Amino acid sequence: MEKIEVRGLRKIYGGNPERAIALLEKGQSKQQILEETGCTVAIQEASFEVKAGEIFVIMGLSGSGKSTVLRCLNRLIEPSAGSVHVDGVDVTRADRAGLLDVRRRKMAMVFQNFGLLPHRSVIRNVEYGLEMQGLERRESRPKAMQALELVGLKGYEEKLPRELSGGMQQRVGLARAIATDAEILLMDEAFSALDPLIRRQMQDELLELQSRMNKTIVFITHDLDEALKLGGRIVIMKDGCIAQLGTPEEILTSPADDYVRAFVEHVDRTKVLTARAIMRRPESVVHPKDGPALAVKRMRESGTSTLFVTNQARKLMGVVRIEDALKLLAENKHSLDGALVTDLPTTSPDTPLARLVAVAATTQIPIAVVGEDQSFLGIVSRATLLASIAGEQR
Amino acid sequence: MSTLKIGEGFEELIDWLGTRGAPVFDAIRAVLTACISGLESALLLPPSYAIIAVLMVLAWRLCGLGTAVFTALGMLLIQDMGLWKATMETLALVLSSALVALVLGIPLGIWAAYSRVVERVLRPALDLMQTMPAFVYLIPAVLFFRLGKVPGVVATVIFAMPPAVRLTNLGIRQVPAEVVEAAIAFGATPRQTLLNVQLPIAVPTLLAGVNQTIMLSLSMVVISAMIGAGGLGEQVLKGITQLRIGLGFESGIAVVILAIVLDRLTHALGKPRTRSS
Repeated sequence: MEKIEVRGLRKIYGGNPERAIALLEKGQSKQQILEETGCTVAIQEASFEVKAGEIFVIMGLSGSGKSTVLRCLNRLIEPSAGSVHVDGVDVTRADRAGLLDVRRRKMAMVFQNFGLLPHRSVIRNVEYGLEMQGLERRESRPKAMQALELVGLKGYEEKLPRELSGGMQQRVGLARAIATDAEILLMDEAFSALDPLIRRQMQDELLELQSRMNKTIVFITHDLDEALKLGGRIVIMKDGCIAQLGTPEEILTSPADDYVRAFVEHVDRTKVLTARAIMRRPESVVHPKDGPALAVKRMRESGTSTLFVTNQARKLMGVVRIEDALKLLAENKHSLDGALVTDLPTTSPDTPLARLVAVAATTQIPIAVVGEDQSFLGIVSRATLLASIAGEQR
Repeated sequence: MSTLKIGEGFEELIDWLGTRGAPVFDAIRAVLTACISGLESALLLPPSYAIIAVLMVLAWRLCGLGTAVFTALGMLLIQDMGLWKATMETLALVLSSALVALVLGIPLGIWAAYSRVVERVLRPALDLMQTMPAFVYLIPAVLFFRLGKVPGVVATVIFAMPPAVRLTNLGIRQVPAEVVEAAIAFGATPRQTLLNVQLPIAVPTLLAGVNQTIMLSLSMVVISAMIGAGGLGEQVLKGITQLRIGLGFESGIAVVILAIVLDRLTHALGKPRTRSS
């Protein structure tokens, strides 16, 4: 089952949301609806699922409705239509007590400007969520200490938030959310207020923490690089609509529309795209027993000067060059064993392009992409590599 | 004569209130009398040195040594001028008025912070209360509560309450929206949000309101003395009416000393001293 399931979510501000929704369903634009009803459409329609344990990034510029979507999940903003199921229970239909319970136990939130209580010490801030759960101080203190330790702020318990740097304050915000043991973390531009260096550091730490905690994280950002770095899957929002939902690679390699394309244009693709995304299936391979004649024939057919050699289980054994194959042919040999070059560039499918460039620079033959078990998955030629970096569509 | 007969209308309203509201006014009078005389006895029963010592320690703890020395010297000067009793009466009057103004003003301020309608209604009312010449309040106060300290407190409360309302409202509205959102996101009820988050964060602004309320109460001392509220105001009036320049000046100095001490003490309350654990 999906952890969070959002169906047909809409949010309309103004006096007459019913009419605005009726007009939306007729396909009228935001602008037309504003003129006709005076209502502002914040979310036209949003439906998506968040899987347990993933980092789900909602990305968009300001005014795209991304923060509104996030706030509809715990009803800090009351949705105008649609449903939000968390673990199969519809939050939008929860009564007051049910809603408080969801906020106290199911979801914890991290805010852009930290949202810390300025009059409380760090440890008392971290305890806040536990206090809301009704825990006594003696129960909440050890949990809060543990969370604080997890974010690396042990020793700062008695400081006031304003005595800490921005990055440290956000760690307190993160610790406050983690301490509640909620399975879902809602992070609203959590790192946007931090300076770039601290920001990257926090992103790395979040990924590291996530690998241990395995929470379900909904992360809002306006920064594509951040989205691509953190997101297992990304939703790109535009004007209150979902423009595209996909993995970082899907979004980079096949943008759904011009808006997304314009967005991804300036991304440093070499850091996001991996060998898997750009590799091609090799046109032809040979087995060692196939002999030099077949190898030469295949190379002539495909117009290449090298050929990859695999065994029966498709494990990569090496590569054979045309001149070596021709020599074997002249010597009347029946196996390629003698001409096999085993010292060839290989890479794992998850290697980012930035690192492939260095490999490609040192070799003439295409780079072989191999799995952990040495299975031959594909090849990346120099031409493919350059085209992908340039952002060319395949 | 105004063609709209505003003055006559007001007179009729006051008449009507005076006859219909008598039981209410009597009850208010009883409560205020108890409050004022209680405070007065608390200030006048102990020897003056005890009061001076208490004020000095307060000033020392809240503001530091300088203010403590000033407080001690100032209060000793007042005693030396023979104005101790009048000063304590005035202090009781000021504190009672401020207390009533805060008890009414802070909840009103909270209400205004939550409701834009309330804020919009209150704003002109508060402007009126603060800008109307304070003498005007004396007339209905006397009609409803007769002469003495009670109408003095009532007139003072009307004049001194606006900053308490305004600054409470402001203090709560100034709490960053994200902090309030955070409280709600972690499952705080509206009541918990107000008590654990909004009010504590608003405290410095709120205390600025307390300070202003007390200062405005003090500024009414002479005016309320005209309807028999007594205290230092009465001494100042005596100085004017009997041309006793010396007495008038001495009483004036006593008011100033009291004002400075009260201002420093309440001002210091607003500053964070020790952090909450």
